[in-house]
Amino acid sequence: MITLSNIRKRFDALEVLQDVSLALRTGAVTALVGPNGSGKTTLIKIVLGLTRADTGTLHVGDTPADAEGAYRRAIGYMPQAAHFPVNLRVGDVLDLVQQLRPGEATDDDLLRAFDMDAIKDKFVGTLSGGTRQKVNAAIAFWFRPSLLILDEPTAGLDPLSSNVLKEKIRAVRREGRSVLITSHIMTELETLADDVAFLCDGRLRFAGTIAELLSHTGNASLEDAIAGLMRSERATHHAAPSPVPSRHGVPAWLTPGAEGVA
Amino acid sequence: MNVVALVLSAGLRDLSRNRWIVAYALAFLCIAEGLFWFGGTGPQVLLSLLNIVLLVLPLVALVFGTIHVYASREFVELLLAQPVPRRQLFAGLYLGLAIPLAGAFVVGAGVPFALHARQGASLGGVAALLTAGVTLSLSFAAIATWIALKTDDRLKGVGLALGAWLVATVVYDGVVLGAAAAFGNYPLERPLLALMMANPVDLARVLVLTQLDVSALMGYTGALFEHTFGTALGTGVSVAALVVWCAVPLGLAERRFRNRDF
Repeated sequence: MITLSNIRKRFDALEVLQDVSLALRTGAVTALVGPNGSGKTTLIKIVLGLTRADTGTLHVGDTPADAEGAYRRAIGYMPQAAHFPVNLRVGDVLDLVQQLRPGEATDDDLLRAFDMDAIKDKFVGTLSGGTRQKVNAAIAFWFRPSLLILDEPTAGLDPLSSNVLKEKIRAVRREGRSVLITSHIMTELETLADDVAFLCDGRLRFAGTIAELLSHTGNASLEDAIAGLMRSERATHHAAPSPVPSRHGVPAWLTPGAEGVA
Repeated sequence: MNVVALVLSAGLRDLSRNRWIVAYALAFLCIAEGLFWFGGTGPQVLLSLLNIVLLVLPLVALVFGTIHVYASREFVELLLAQPVPRRQLFAGLYLGLAIPLAGAFVVGAGVPFALHARQGASLGGVAALLTAGVTLSLSFAAIATWIALKTDDRLKGVGLALGAWLVATVVYDGVVLGAAAAFGNYPLERPLLALMMANPVDLARVLVLTQLDVSALMGYTGALFEHTFGTALGTGVSVAALVVWCAVPLGLAERRFRNRDF
């Protein structure tokens, strides 16, 4: 449903994304992983329209993403950390977002699960980081988006809330909607994700199912597989200018720059 | 409600509860009330308050505005991830900053004059002071927004805001005075008028002083301004120039907001 083709992005001298092509499968949870500074956040921001790619295209279905951002009706976004104006009440924030998306179908599951009614009169500035994160999550899932973009969604959540959120992600997947999720907790991603996209130094090094990655790397867990890829990237980076891994035994669409990934 | 009104309404709710905005309004209220209390007549209070306004208002608008825009960045990203056009979002965010700043000034400086209406301050003088304060608030809030959008480094941004304040309120007058002294043998009327137009603080000063019978306090440029344009035309010219001083930085900030990567 969302297809990124040949995305390049440079910030001054630093090329943050280099020819990244990635298609997010409908009804699948895709984990976007990679070391710090690999370009994950920039890629997410390009999908959201917060950052503009220097070259490349973004399609939602068959339609190119528009500059005015109407395509974002299909997207729910949960940033890594929740920052709302501290002098607004939770109810004010929820009202604002709801009024910015008039007429959209809503899903109140997380609002109920996280008991938003109980905190709607509280000022954001008085909430703990975890409670703010619950507001953040409730907003992202509220409008039944076709694509959810979750940036470290369980960071700061207590175990119960984290469990509720993960169950919600699975429910969304069962409904045939897509999720793009970033996290550094590989065990968490292993239980949630179907596909994995591995970014390193701004290049897409792998995109495919988790099973394919494990089979390709010969590891038993996602954590070991990703750690192995990172080690190999680091070694290649220090040894030779071209860090592209061998294509032997890897389907063509799993290699960097290939289209129609996953 | 449209996007501008929604975002503006949230901004007004947030900043009307902001302790610094409340303190800012109270400070003007206490100063003006104190000036009346200690025996000042209306015109004396107006003149004393004018000097404080010209110094304090740009400082607060620049520093508070810059810090506020930086502090709102993550929330702005969340709003930008909704299906709303950037231009409308910017308008709501800017007005949500500028209106509370201007409103706090109007309440703080206006209420004491209303309470002491019989103490001789001319309606024209009070209206000129409030107009000057409002336009300066709008202008410096726009400059602050532009600085914060232009500079990612918060420390640098606040430094630039302080630098802009120093130039507008202190350095500029010194430069003009120096130029007038150095080129005293040349016909300087037109260049000095142009220089005066290039500083909103000078324009605000002249706007208020042309309403009062205090030509001795106008200084060289003020007297020249009144001599050239007369009182009525002078008022119109200074208000028009102040409007330009709102529009130009606002246009720059809006363009930056539309084109920048978040």
